[in-house]
Amino acid sequence: MGALLHLDHVTMQFGGLKAVCELDLSIAEGELVGLIGPNGAGKTTVFNVITGVYMPTQGRVTFDGRTISALKSNRIASAGITRTFQNIRLFSRLSCLDNVCVAAHPHRKAGLTAALLRTGGFERDEAALKQQAMDMLEVLGLAAFAHQPATSLAYGQQRRLEIARALAGKPRLLLLDEPAAGLNPQESEELMRLIQDIRRRFGLTILLIEHDMKVVMGSCMRIAVLDYGLKIAEGTPVEIRRNPKVIEAYLGEEMPA
Amino acid sequence: MKRFAALVFILLALVALNVLLPRVTNPYHFQVLMLIGINIVLAVSLNLVNGFTGQFSIGHAGFMAVGAYTSAMFTLKLGQPLVASLSLLPEPVAQGLALLLALMAGGLVAAGAGWLVGLPSLRLRGDYLAIVTLGFGEIIRVLLLNIEAIGGARGLPGIPAYANFFWVYGSVVVVIVLSGRLAHSTHGRALFAIRDDEVAAEALGVDTTRYKVLAFVLGAFFAGVAGGLFAHFLSYLNPSSFTFLKSIEVIAMVVLGGMGSITGSVLAAIVLTLLPEVLRPVKDFRMVIYSLMLIILMITRPQGLMGTRELSLGWLFRRGGAAKEPA
Amino acid sequence: MSEFLQQLVNGITWGSVYALIALGYTMVYGILRLINFAHGDVYMLGAFIGLYASRWFRAGENPNPFKALLVLLTSMVLSALIGMIIERLAYKPVRKSPRLSALITAIGVSLLLENGGVLLFGASPRFFPQIVAQENIPLGLGVTISNQQLIVIAVSFALMVALRWLVLHTKVGKAMQAVSHNHMAAALMGISVDRIITFTFMVGSALAAAAGVLVALQTPKIEPYMGILPGLKAFVAAVLGGIGNIPGAVVGGLIMGIAEVMVTGYLSPTYRDAIAFVLLIVILLVRPAGIFGKAVAEKV
Repeated sequence: MGALLHLDHVTMQFGGLKAVCELDLSIAEGELVGLIGPNGAGKTTVFNVITGVYMPTQGRVTFDGRTISALKSNRIASAGITRTFQNIRLFSRLSCLDNVCVAAHPHRKAGLTAALLRTGGFERDEAALKQQAMDMLEVLGLAAFAHQPATSLAYGQQRRLEIARALAGKPRLLLLDEPAAGLNPQESEELMRLIQDIRRRFGLTILLIEHDMKVVMGSCMRIAVLDYGLKIAEGTPVEIRRNPKVIEAYLGEEMPA
Repeated sequence: MKRFAALVFILLALVALNVLLPRVTNPYHFQVLMLIGINIVLAVSLNLVNGFTGQFSIGHAGFMAVGAYTSAMFTLKLGQPLVASLSLLPEPVAQGLALLLALMAGGLVAAGAGWLVGLPSLRLRGDYLAIVTLGFGEIIRVLLLNIEAIGGARGLPGIPAYANFFWVYGSVVVVIVLSGRLAHSTHGRALFAIRDDEVAAEALGVDTTRYKVLAFVLGAFFAGVAGGLFAHFLSYLNPSSFTFLKSIEVIAMVVLGGMGSITGSVLAAIVLTLLPEVLRPVKDFRMVIYSLMLIILMITRPQGLMGTRELSLGWLFRRGGAAKEPA
Repeated sequence: MSEFLQQLVNGITWGSVYALIALGYTMVYGILRLINFAHGDVYMLGAFIGLYASRWFRAGENPNPFKALLVLLTSMVLSALIGMIIERLAYKPVRKSPRLSALITAIGVSLLLENGGVLLFGASPRFFPQIVAQENIPLGLGVTISNQQLIVIAVSFALMVALRWLVLHTKVGKAMQAVSHNHMAAALMGISVDRIITFTFMVGSALAAAAGVLVALQTPKIEPYMGILPGLKAFVAAVLGGIGNIPGAVVGGLIMGIAEVMVTGYLSPTYRDAIAFVLLIVILLVRPAGIFGKAVAEKV
C-alpha cells in the first residue's frame, strides 16, 4: 500500500450512533496530516480507534502493513503510535520527568527481578531511560521543571509535557489531539513551529486534530475534513479552504484568508 | 560494597535485638512489638495494591489467611520433621530454615490466590472491584471455616513458635526495601501511572492488566508472609482472625499513612497497632473510637499522614527541606 | 411439588425484605455513586427502634393491627431522621472526595452504628415482642403461609408501589431522577441537590427500617450485628438488578431471596450465606451492569 497508516472503511458505532462512518484515510511516512471538522464530528473517536481504545465496528486499521484494529492500546503504543489527549491526561502525582519516563517504559530492558535486585543492568537501563526522558524535556523546553509535580506547570507547559511524553515512546506516528487548545496566538505559533521542528528532527509522521485554523493551514501538508462521522473532503490546505462542502459544515466560522 | 556493608549491619542488628529484646522487655510489650512488625508487613503489602496502583482491594485478610494456614500446615507436616532431622544444626538455625520455607510456601500460595482473584476482577473499576475483593475475602474465610482438616471453626492449634524478632523484623526490612526499590523503578512508575490515569498509561504502552495483576500478586504474597509470621508467632489459627474487620484494619493503616507512601504505611501500622492497646482501659469504646477516627480522618485529611510522600534519608540530613516526591 | 411451592412462598417473603433494603442501596448509589455500607445497619436500627416503640405503645400486650402499624411508622420516621443525620454529618463532606475516601467513610459509619449499637443495646440478642397474633393460613396444595409472612409481603409490596408512585409521579420524585442523572444539570434547573440527596437517604432509610421491623415480626431475635449479612445480600440484590435501577432492586431482591431459600432447602444450610457472594462474583464477572443496568463507558 505504501502508506504508514491506513484506515479502510472504518466504522465506529455506539448503539444507534455512528460516530465514524466508513472512513478511508491513508497517511504516508513523513507526512503531517490534519484532521478537522466541527465539534462532535468524530475526530477524537478516530484517534481512539487508531490507538485501540475502541475496536472498530467495521473496517480495518493497518499500520506499516500490519492490521492493528484488534490490538490493545499498549501494544499499539509499542508498535510505534503514541498520542496526546484532548483533555490533558498527565499523571498528576508524578513529576514531569517521571511522566515522560513512563512513556519510555515499553522500551525498557530490565525486568522486575533486576529492578528488585538492583543489578548493574538495571541501574544502567534506568539511567539511560532517565537520560532519554530528560532529553525530551530539553527539546520541549521543560528541563527546568523536571522534578516538579506535573500539575504545577502552566496550562501551555502541560500541553507541551504531554507532547514530550508522547515523543519519549519513540513513535513513528504521533497523534496530536488539539495541542493548541487554550493557547494564545503567540503560543499557537510557537507550537506550530515546534511541531514542524520535531517532525524533522525525529523523522515522525504526524496526524493532527486541531480547531485553530492558523495552525492547521500553516503546518499541514494535507487535510481531511470530517462532519457527522463522514469524510466530506480531503486535500491540500488551499483546496480545503475553497471547498464549498467544508465551508458549509463550518457555517459561519472564520476561515483565515 | 556499600550495599554489602549495609546488609551485614542490618543482619547483625537484627540478631543482636533478637537476643536482647526478649530479655529486656516484658512479654506483653514484646508481643505488641511483634504484632507491630506483622502489621507493618501487611500495611506495606496492601499499599502496593491500593496506594501504588490505586486499586480498591478490601479483602486483604483473605490473602493473609491463605498464607497463614498454608505455612502452618507446611510446618506441621513438613517443617517439624525437617527440624527434627536437622539435629546437627543449632536449633534456632534449623527452626529458622523451616520457618523460611514455610513462609515461602505461604507467600506463594497466597500469591496464587491473588492471581486468581486479580485476573478476572481487574476489568472492574472502583467500587465494583472493592466489592468483589470483599466477596473473595469472605469466601476464603467461609471455606477455611468449613475445611475440617485444618481445624475449621475450632481453629488450628499447636503451630511451633518459630517466628522470633529476627524473622518478623527481617521480613519488615525485606518488604520495605523491595517496595522502595519497586517504587524507584520503571515498573513502579508504571504502577503509579495506572493509579493516576489508567487510560493514558495504557495509551503510552503500559500493559495495565499485567501490572494490576502484578500488584495484586505481590501484595498477596507479602500478606501471605505476614500470615505465616502470625501463625508461627501465635501458635494458633482461627478463621475468625481473618474477617472483613481485619481487612478494614489494614486499609485503615494504608489510608492513615497516606496511600502510596511506604513510610506512611509503616508509621500508621505502628500507630494503629498501639492504639487498641492504649485504648484497652476503655475497651468497650474502642471500636466506637476507631470508627469515629476513620470517619473524621476521611473528612478532614483524606491524604493521611504523609500523602504520597516518603521520608528519605536525604530529608533527615537536610534541615528544613521538604520530603521528596517518589521519583 | 408442595415443598417447592412452600419454599417459593418462603423465598418470596425473604425476597421482599431484601428488595426493601436493596431499594435504599440502589437509590443512594444512583444519586451519589456511593455504596452506603451503613445501610444494613439502619435496618438493624429500625428493628431496635421498633422494639422500643412496641414497649412504649405497649403493642405486645394486646396485639392489634393499629398499634403494630404505629410501631412500624414510628420506626420508619425515626430511621429516616437517622438517615438524614448520617448523610449530613458523614457523607456530605466527602461528596467531592475520591471514591475510596467515601467508601471508607461509609465503612466507618457502619462500624460506628454496629458498635454504638452494642454500647446502647448490649451485645446479647433481644427479643422483639409479638405485636401481631400468629396464625397459619393454608393456601392449598400443602402450602401454608403464616399471617406474618403475608404481612411482610403485603407491606413490602405496598411500600414499593408507594415508592414507584413517588419517583414517577411526584415533583420530588422527578427531581430525584434528575439528580441521579446529573447533579450539575439538576442544580441548573433550580433543584436543590442537597435537599434531594438528603430526602433520598431518608426514604431509603425508612424502607430499610420497615424491613427491620418486618423481619423482627418473623424472627424475633435481634442483635446489633444483625444488619451485616442482610445488608450485604441486599446489596448483591441491588447489583444483580442493576445498581441505580429501582425495579431492578425489586427483581434482584426477589431472586436473591428465592435463590437463598432454595439453596438452603435443597443443598445445605451451611451454604446459605455463601450463595450471596457466589451470585455477586458471577454477576460482576459476567454482567456487571446487572439485569436492567446500562454499562457507562468512560470518555477518552
